[in-house]
Amino acid sequence: MIEARNINKTFSGHHVLKDVTCAFEKGKTNLIIGESGSGKTVLMKCLVGLFEVDTGMVAYDNRNFTTMNFEQRKTLRKEIGMLFQGGALFDSMNVESNVMFPLNMFTSEPLEEKRERVNFVLKRVNLANVSRLMPSELSGGMRKRVAIARAIAMKPQYLFCDEPNSGLDPQTSGVIDHLIREITQEYNITTIVNTHDMNSVLSIGDSVAFIFKGQLWWNGDKETILHTENPELNEFVFGTELTSRLKR
Amino acid sequence: MLTVFSTTGNYVLLMQKVFSRPQKRRIFWTQLITEINSLGLESLGIVAFISAFMGAVVAIQTAYNITSPLIPMSMVGFTVRQSVILEFSPTVISLILAGKVGSRIASEIGTMRVTEQIDALEIMGVNSANYLIFPKIVASMLINPVLIVFSMWMGILGGWLAMVATGLVSTNDFVQGIRIDFLGYTIFYALTKTVFFAFLISSISGFYGYITQGGALEVGQASTKAVVFSSVMIILFNLVLTQLLLT
Repeated sequence: MIEARNINKTFSGHHVLKDVTCAFEKGKTNLIIGESGSGKTVLMKCLVGLFEVDTGMVAYDNRNFTTMNFEQRKTLRKEIGMLFQGGALFDSMNVESNVMFPLNMFTSEPLEEKRERVNFVLKRVNLANVSRLMPSELSGGMRKRVAIARAIAMKPQYLFCDEPNSGLDPQTSGVIDHLIREITQEYNITTIVNTHDMNSVLSIGDSVAFIFKGQLWWNGDKETILHTENPELNEFVFGTELTSRLKR
Repeated sequence: MLTVFSTTGNYVLLMQKVFSRPQKRRIFWTQLITEINSLGLESLGIVAFISAFMGAVVAIQTAYNITSPLIPMSMVGFTVRQSVILEFSPTVISLILAGKVGSRIASEIGTMRVTEQIDALEIMGVNSANYLIFPKIVASMLINPVLIVFSMWMGILGGWLAMVATGLVSTNDFVQGIRIDFLGYTIFYALTKTVFFAFLISSISGFYGYITQGGALEVGQASTKAVVFSSVMIILFNLVLTQLLLT
């Protein structure tokens, strides 16, 4: 479980996160939703330590991440996998080297074992025969899947996904969503997904946190979100032509 | 003024992160070899071209200016050697490398920053500053002296070829000039400057790439800043080092 307690974050006088407190459970796909600029990416970056919180704390299974030093965080980070919005694959490495990178950095396994693990995770994300390709030769969906493979190569306990569906067609988005959910349940990990895609919310949202103007505005799941009376959340959920028609 | 202090402070803080023990020695050696190839050996062509032509121009200008019969023509070889070894190769070639290598380092690391590749390294628990910048600094400090010695050789060769082609100075006179009053210390002085300049180019460019924020436009700006500040620092420290080493 990952907990955020009373997190505040300010950038140049602009209060981006205001006293956010929420918990993300193990074995569930926990979604953070909100409109662009609401602070959800900042919240995720605070959770993984890319941004330091001004006040408040982040805890990973009761381990206080906020007070950890660089070495302690380095140890914990071996348990974290992250999928970035654009994939963040290393341009100078092919797919195999990208996925093998954390294994090379943090394990002393022989090459054959590492290669076996790479092939296993690539197969797990339904990618075959792409090991020799460079990131520039992959489609958007393939990049995301390679990034997921790299994120799970070290068998993480915590998986973070920052807008995994951005720039993807609805069908490929669905594939990525289901992959994230399957991996979460299969490895019983704590997964946090940052999204504003309502399709994702309705298909994989075991737990949903709605961030509005830097505050935790609503907490629930994919079932309750459709029947909420919260006006700001309703505006977000039924804000598109398609969803508003469905509501009618 | 505040910006200067703030930038200098950030540079020093980054260098503290850069100069730590590499997390995996084997990976560091692989990176070092790659960087030596991309930052050094790929610059051989441009270094050879510029050095040979500059050596030739120095030789022709010197020969053209010797009008008095009291000045021996061997002075041409002497002047080419002194100007190439003392100033042209270590300083001018370093300025050229600041443009070529500096922009490459800043744009490479800057692009990694804006595409979240550096964040990905940090999330994995990798000291990204050390992983990305340290091999480049070490590679530059190792390979730039080699490039500069090569440049000296090409500069003198260019001067000699120009004299032979134009017939202004005989090979005998030119070679005699090259040998007059040769001090090994001048090579030490030139290579000391080179190593120092190599550090400035790679660390300043790495710094500007690493702190890039934004998109493609900012990567371009970081690249420009890297070249400008590296060049300015080379010029400043050229004076300081010359004062320290030659007086």
